[in-house]
Amino acid sequence: MTNRRPSFLVYGLLGAFVLGSAFPFYWSYLVASRDNSVLTGDFTLIPGGNFIANASRVFDSIPFWKALGNSFIVSGTVTLSVVLLSTLAGFAFAKLRFRGRGVLFLFVVATLAVPTQLGIIPLYMAMAEFGWAGELEAVIVPNLVTAFGVFWMRQYLVDAIPDELVEAARMDGCSLWRTFWHVALPAARPAAAMLGVFTFMQSWNDFLWPLVVLNADNPTLQVALEKLQSGYYVDYSLVLAGTTLATIPVLIVFLVLGRQIVAGVMQGAVKG
Amino acid sequence: MTATLPEVEDRGRANTARPRPPRRHRLSNLDAKVSPYLFVAPFFVLFGAIGLFPLLYTAYVSLFDWEVGDDEPAFIGLENFRTLVADDQFWNALFNTFSIFLLSSAPQVVVAVVIAALLNANLRARTGWRMGVLLPYVASLVALTIIFGNLFGPQYGLVNDVLGLVGIEPIDWQASTFGSHVAIASMVNWRWTGYNALIILAAMQAIPRDVYEAAVVDGASALRQFFSITLPMLKPTLIFVIVTSTIGGLQIFTEPKLFEPAGGSGGGTEHQYQTVVLYLYQSAFQGLDLGYASAIAWVLFLIVIAVAGLNFLITRRAVR
Repeated sequence: MTNRRPSFLVYGLLGAFVLGSAFPFYWSYLVASRDNSVLTGDFTLIPGGNFIANASRVFDSIPFWKALGNSFIVSGTVTLSVVLLSTLAGFAFAKLRFRGRGVLFLFVVATLAVPTQLGIIPLYMAMAEFGWAGELEAVIVPNLVTAFGVFWMRQYLVDAIPDELVEAARMDGCSLWRTFWHVALPAARPAAAMLGVFTFMQSWNDFLWPLVVLNADNPTLQVALEKLQSGYYVDYSLVLAGTTLATIPVLIVFLVLGRQIVAGVMQGAVKG
Repeated sequence: MTATLPEVEDRGRANTARPRPPRRHRLSNLDAKVSPYLFVAPFFVLFGAIGLFPLLYTAYVSLFDWEVGDDEPAFIGLENFRTLVADDQFWNALFNTFSIFLLSSAPQVVVAVVIAALLNANLRARTGWRMGVLLPYVASLVALTIIFGNLFGPQYGLVNDVLGLVGIEPIDWQASTFGSHVAIASMVNWRWTGYNALIILAAMQAIPRDVYEAAVVDGASALRQFFSITLPMLKPTLIFVIVTSTIGGLQIFTEPKLFEPAGGSGGGTEHQYQTVVLYLYQSAFQGLDLGYASAIAWVLFLIVIAVAGLNFLITRRAVR
């Protein structure tokens, strides 16, 4: 707890941990860059020259670009909606007074612990009934707003907006919607950005429900990867070329927004 | 017209002595009364339609002999649950779920505390280290599982190659019960240890400094400080980490699903790593028996609630 710089041992241990964290990514590229026949027994850590060839086999085997586009559409729509609707509800819970507010908010918090994933059977039946099975609506609509989002935004907005500001807007004859739009939404920006990043990553990685409700012709990226792997003979240089390609967008996001993601995880720990 | 009701936390914090707006239009009155409900409505409507209703309807479906495509499923009461209690595959799946959960939660928390303590040192390039630790958290779970399936390959996997260097016979990570659980648990550990380390780090930094200063005055060593101050004060956070990993861990699906090559859902030839949600998936979407799968879902739901509730009670006691 002193301000001394730590010893090399600390850096060494942390370095080993981070190397271990990064290794599977590198391994994925390593296998993807080689010829499948080289995979027998002898391992080296030097990449081969076949990555482009293997990647183009991925494009032949699964509708990769379509899956990538679908994943962007799904995660993008879900993220926008979650951020907007959670901020709206969070603003109401934090700053507006209405009958039953306490009970309703308690209900939101309680639903955080409910494993709603276990309702997939009726959900699947309903989607089939609506004719949404196989369509992107089926993976978008159930995720348009989350209990976590509402909780997160409410916790932030309680302190972020002075009550006087909301009151002043009302005195000026602002409707509550305009107050939300012009006062709450700008004030919510830092927390909303974090919620957006987390929602996007979560939606991007969602697997069980998309696997149930989508098919191989119109998949998200995760579902497409599963199809790539589910042949009777697993060709790892092909499959890991797929995982490498699928990892690249996420790594870019992480390099750009990593600092914010770190801050978000740590703040969530203190607030939640 | 508002403020007639008991407030939650921030009662009387602001609006106490403020004069009412002089003019009140009927329209703005209506706005103040109705809009808050409209603002929170999307969540409740969606949760009702997508969360609550399906859960309740699952209980209803579980009382029927209901195959996919049945127009008039037959009501059979608790028959599905009776079958379930006598179903070895279900108990096996429950055992696997808890076994994988224990193998992944216990080591994870211990390592996360150590990493958090290291990160709490006065490091150069602090944010860089934190990002490095969090890297696995952003990885796509599907990609990660496929990669680990390759690393733990029974014949030419890297893990067996490395074990071979120190003279250990290759282990068939697919075929053995314990081996497959270890392989799956390492995927969970790899993904979540760094994330939990950051949560614990945040809690460490919230511990007031003067506590340590007092300890230093009393001549306590760094190690002693860690065990007598840091660890006890981390207890609520540790239990929070354990509770959240419980709720997720009992519903583990992606890792065991993708650990099996060729797209199977049996969790291995002998179901040696089939978890409860994987069994649910297999029953519903490959066996097409929606009634039975719903019974599995409901039993698991009750187990998750029970375990989470138990954890909550422990948490409350620990915080006091």
